[in-house]
Amino acid sequence: MGKTLFDKVWDSHVVTTIKEGPQVLYIDKHLIHEVTSPQAFNELKERGLSLLRPNQILATADHNTPTKEQHLPIKDELSRKQLEALTKNCADNNIELYGLGHKYNGIIHVIAPELGVTQPGMTIVCGDSHTSTHGAFGSIAFGIGTSQVAQVFATQSVVMEKPKSMRITIDGKLNKGVLSKDVVLYILAEISTNGGTGHFIEFAGEVFENMSMESRMTVCNMSIEMGARGGMIAPDETTFDYVRGRKFAPKETVIEQKVAFWKTLATDKTAVFDTEYTFKASDIAPMITFGTNPGMGMKITASIPKNTNESYKKSLKYMGFKQGDSLENVQVNYVFIGSCTNARIEDFRAAAAFIKGKKKADNVTALIVPGSQLVAKQIREEGLQAVFEDAGFELRQPGCSACLAMNDDKIPDGEYCVSTSNRNFEGRQGQGARTLLASPLVAASVAVAGKIVDISNLV
Amino acid sequence: MEKFKTIHSRGIPLPVENIDTDQIIPARFLKATGREGFGENLFKDWRFNRDGTVNDEFVLNKDAFQGSILVAGSNFGCGSSREHAAWALGDYGFKVVVSSFFADIFKGNALNNGLLPVQVSASFLQALLKGISEDPTMSISVNLEQELITVSGLNLSEKFEINPYKKLCLLSGYDDMDYLVSILDAVKEYEEKESR
Repeated sequence: MGKTLFDKVWDSHVVTTIKEGPQVLYIDKHLIHEVTSPQAFNELKERGLSLLRPNQILATADHNTPTKEQHLPIKDELSRKQLEALTKNCADNNIELYGLGHKYNGIIHVIAPELGVTQPGMTIVCGDSHTSTHGAFGSIAFGIGTSQVAQVFATQSVVMEKPKSMRITIDGKLNKGVLSKDVVLYILAEISTNGGTGHFIEFAGEVFENMSMESRMTVCNMSIEMGARGGMIAPDETTFDYVRGRKFAPKETVIEQKVAFWKTLATDKTAVFDTEYTFKASDIAPMITFGTNPGMGMKITASIPKNTNESYKKSLKYMGFKQGDSLENVQVNYVFIGSCTNARIEDFRAAAAFIKGKKKADNVTALIVPGSQLVAKQIREEGLQAVFEDAGFELRQPGCSACLAMNDDKIPDGEYCVSTSNRNFEGRQGQGARTLLASPLVAASVAVAGKIVDISNLV
Repeated sequence: MEKFKTIHSRGIPLPVENIDTDQIIPARFLKATGREGFGENLFKDWRFNRDGTVNDEFVLNKDAFQGSILVAGSNFGCGSSREHAAWALGDYGFKVVVSSFFADIFKGNALNNGLLPVQVSASFLQALLKGISEDPTMSISVNLEQELITVSGLNLSEKFEINPYKKLCLLSGYDDMDYLVSILDAVKEYEEKESR
């Protein structure tokens, strides 16, 4: 029996297997941010341990950071202290930190790929569930808890049971107005928010093969919302072209050797998966969520499905919707385009192409938050800044922003927000805030219309 | 880590599915740099109304329900990887969470903090939720050694699964860090072999 992409990367990173137990997996890259690392540094001190491989760690500040006036001291005392702790911990332990104001600062899952830190065949962890993003490169990447952050600091390893394998195949050509975000929201609506639990997913088929790296990252980013540990896509020429020439990519003299190896990682034809799903590209339309988990999504033109489950009813009550409702024409006052799911240049190009020459509706506050300083630079250089500003959108500085209500960017109580982020949980964007997840194109169309509209009629 | 002992306690029913870690501990309370004190903000936005008053409807605020065993709906702990969720539950006083399904990262975080996730069948969960809602004084026993959860008042018991390594860790108060540090030489050998 052949091996899957996941098997190949996993098996080559096993340090040892515990009898009747989990395996010890070696970690190539460890990404850290300010929220889930301080307790891990404390634990090392308490146990009298030191870091094994500080040069395999990359740190950034993203969750707490303001997206306005980043040159000024942070007003929130707790946020400021958490960032100060990160700075001190990184300095004390010789860890590369791209902190607030640094030219490479940004959301960890945006900067590691764009700097070439993320490469095919690697194992990558971070104390952040959206680490699954990096699987887009054919690496095994997953979120870990803070105890494990400490373990990776001290031993560059984690103890883990090998997950089961799942393949989701989608062939065919995507419909007009359908972006990768719609593809992943569609999969979520089909397999639900725990459909992938216990598994590592490989996304395969023409739809993913034809995607750019940015689009692939959006899909893998949200594999955690299916309950999976992570998602992966086999590395191909699109991947190699993306990696070549980036700051931390293998140097010219060795990269072709690496590429030759990366090409061997694809799943063997004879490999067997524990679970398989197949969908058709032609069935996928622009999507939106109506509930309080990312699996509660539907085509924009559909009506909210009926269900007698109590948790489902509780969720609709929170959202202020009823079973059978259509969401078309629902007034929306907040639009957020950003987050580790959709804050890469391609996302802003898609939004800007739609917005160009139009104005946002008067009732809408529309935030555009780049994923990194480098993306912000591209937005300026490509003339997108002028497009957004002329249309009345607010272009902010990079960070996690309104995805998780940990910084100043929050959605008010009871308000709807069409958001390109990844989670529509109760209160995720602020206490009482009601999140509707969608693609950057749908978000742009809502900002212009001031209400939910069917994008496929507009592109 | 403290050694895990057999628990006899009343249970607190929370029959909501897909309870995510943002509900267990909202992101705005993740700004601390220590591990203590998160219990105060456990289920914050369910325990308190928007004006800061106590939400009398929420189960943790009802005097009738007490105990160190939380009994929750399916897919408990989905969402963010924040270990703060496990810390908050432990700090509040929970030793065990019973559900028919746990999200992977939460499960690992709980085990790393001596909080035992007990996965039971959907029918056992429904019977238990119903039983403790009707009689909150009903006692539940969780015996890790025997991998057995028993509710004598309902004449119910069920075996639950746990990895033998993790079981040994909990029973002996040993954790993954202790183990990994003990095999550091093997990690270095691996690095050498892979010429990293």
